[in-house]
Amino acid sequence: MIRFERVAKRYPNGREAIAGVSFDVARGEMVFLTGRSGAGKSTVLKLIALLERPTRGVVTVNGQSTGPLPARKIPAFRRQIGVVFQDHKLLVDRPVFDNVALPLVVAGTPLRELDKRVRAALDQVGLLGKERLLPLELSIGEQQRVGIARAVISRPAVLIADEPTGNLDPELALEVMNVFRRFQEVGTTVMVATHDMHLVREFGKREIVLEGGHVRGVEDVRVPTVGAAAP
Amino acid sequence: MIGPVTWFTRHVQAALGATGRLARAPLATLFTVGVIGLALAMPLGLKLFVDNARAATGDFANAVDLSVYFKIGTPLEKVQQLAERARARSAVATVTVIPADAALAEFRQYSGFGAALDAIADNPLPHVLGVRPQAGADTPAELAKLREYLASWPEVELVQMDIEWVNRFNAILDVLRRALLIAALVLAVGVLAVVGNTIRLEIQNRRAEIEVTKLVGGTNAFVRRPFLYTGALYGLLGALLAAAIVFAATSVIAPAVADLAAAYGSRFEMLGASRIDTLRLIGGGAALGWLGAWMAAARQLVRIEPRA
Ligand SMILES: Nc1ncnc2c1ncn2[C@@H]1O[C@H](COP(=O)(O)OP(=O)(O)OP(=O)(O)O)[C@@H](O)[C@H]1O
Ligand SMILES: [Mg+2]
Repeated sequence: MIRFERVAKRYPNGREAIAGVSFDVARGEMVFLTGRSGAGKSTVLKLIALLERPTRGVVTVNGQSTGPLPARKIPAFRRQIGVVFQDHKLLVDRPVFDNVALPLVVAGTPLRELDKRVRAALDQVGLLGKERLLPLELSIGEQQRVGIARAVISRPAVLIADEPTGNLDPELALEVMNVFRRFQEVGTTVMVATHDMHLVREFGKREIVLEGGHVRGVEDVRVPTVGAAAP
Repeated sequence: MIGPVTWFTRHVQAALGATGRLARAPLATLFTVGVIGLALAMPLGLKLFVDNARAATGDFANAVDLSVYFKIGTPLEKVQQLAERARARSAVATVTVIPADAALAEFRQYSGFGAALDAIADNPLPHVLGVRPQAGADTPAELAKLREYLASWPEVELVQMDIEWVNRFNAILDVLRRALLIAALVLAVGVLAVVGNTIRLEIQNRRAEIEVTKLVGGTNAFVRRPFLYTGALYGLLGALLAAAIVFAATSVIAPAVADLAAAYGSRFEMLGASRIDTLRLIGGGAALGWLGAWMAAARQLVRIEPRA
């Protein structure tokens, strides 16, 4: 579902964030992306969501190579990917409802469906009843969960999350990670970048470790989970 | 990919959103709409002026009369004779003979110089023929021919054609019409610039929203749509304001024009902006707003790409 083949990314300032990264994530699999700060985790996720294009190598998501994809096809490409950002990227002047509904609105989902689906998504992250609040009226952890609700609402084939539990207490972090696992269990391919080694170990999923722009190793500490296909 | 209902809903949403945003910043909206309104009021006002000038002068601009002045002392019988000859020409519709005595009597009555005229022994006025050409024969070439014919009689002192000032007047109208066209073009460009700049600022203010919308898969068309509606709405409101300005101006000027016309013995009434011109203005204003927004959006939106 997600394949990196000797992918390198050099930013315009000349900084090479990753240099020759290769890995493979199967359809319906959940993997963790780990590594120290600056190792290139966010860069990998940005390449998947087509926020950046690879300088070298090939990034393939859901059978589409991102390098040569024409600009007019990018919106449709992005709609099959749900992204949770490190800094949430919420619209601070719009209520929670509008933020969460946005992916459905741009996809042209009929209005009568919006309400039901926004509530369902907020329910999954434990924020039901906060639809009318503005993001800044929520705690940082709650804001992060609004971001997660927005990422999952369109039931994307691929879900990627950058540090989604960074600001959550351990209990909430576990809960949020369980949300991701539930999506994996219904067939979504999930990739989560995180520092939280404790959680990674607890979940027993495959772990791709980045170091100095390369994949240092793939820790395969999987215990069999329902619906998880082998890579 | 999306059904017609969804398509329609999206447009309604975008239009409502645009209206709501304008209403939430009433002062800024008022300013932009005011500038557009003034810019659009000018060509409509000018058009009205030209239309009225043409209507007010239309009657005598079309009827070109020639006045044939005879030499003093030409006998009236001779004049009558020549009048018959003139009548016989196909290019001539009517010929009126104004004998010198009749002219003097009329002058005495209306000028108030009766006593002074009594002091003059001889009638200083000549006999005059008023010659009106046939409706079909009043082209400049035909008129020149007729004039030449009349002037060729040895008894004739002078043939005066009213066409000269008619030509001048028409030339002035023509200049005004061209000025109107140029003014309309210049002001249309002005409206484009005002709307374009307003929309450009708005796009920059909503940069974060645009980025996030693109992040979740919003197309350029989706992102652009509300701005196009905003632009069209600016143009529409500006045009309505322009129509109101012109209407108010005509209401103020019309009575004065009627008085002026009455002083010249005319029943002329000032024309207001016609319904079709008003509709054109409103449609044109909205189209200009849309176009201005489109030009701004085309340049700005491609530059705003999400950066994570
Ligand atoms: N937009 C950018 N322009 C230039 N350099 C960048 C850009 N984004 C990242 N980098 C550089 O690329 C390297 C990898 O950055 P990246 O954000 O991928 O790391 P990360 O693993 O996500 O770190 P963290 O855990 O702190 O989020 C860093 O050295 C960073 O300085
Ligand atoms: Mg990062």
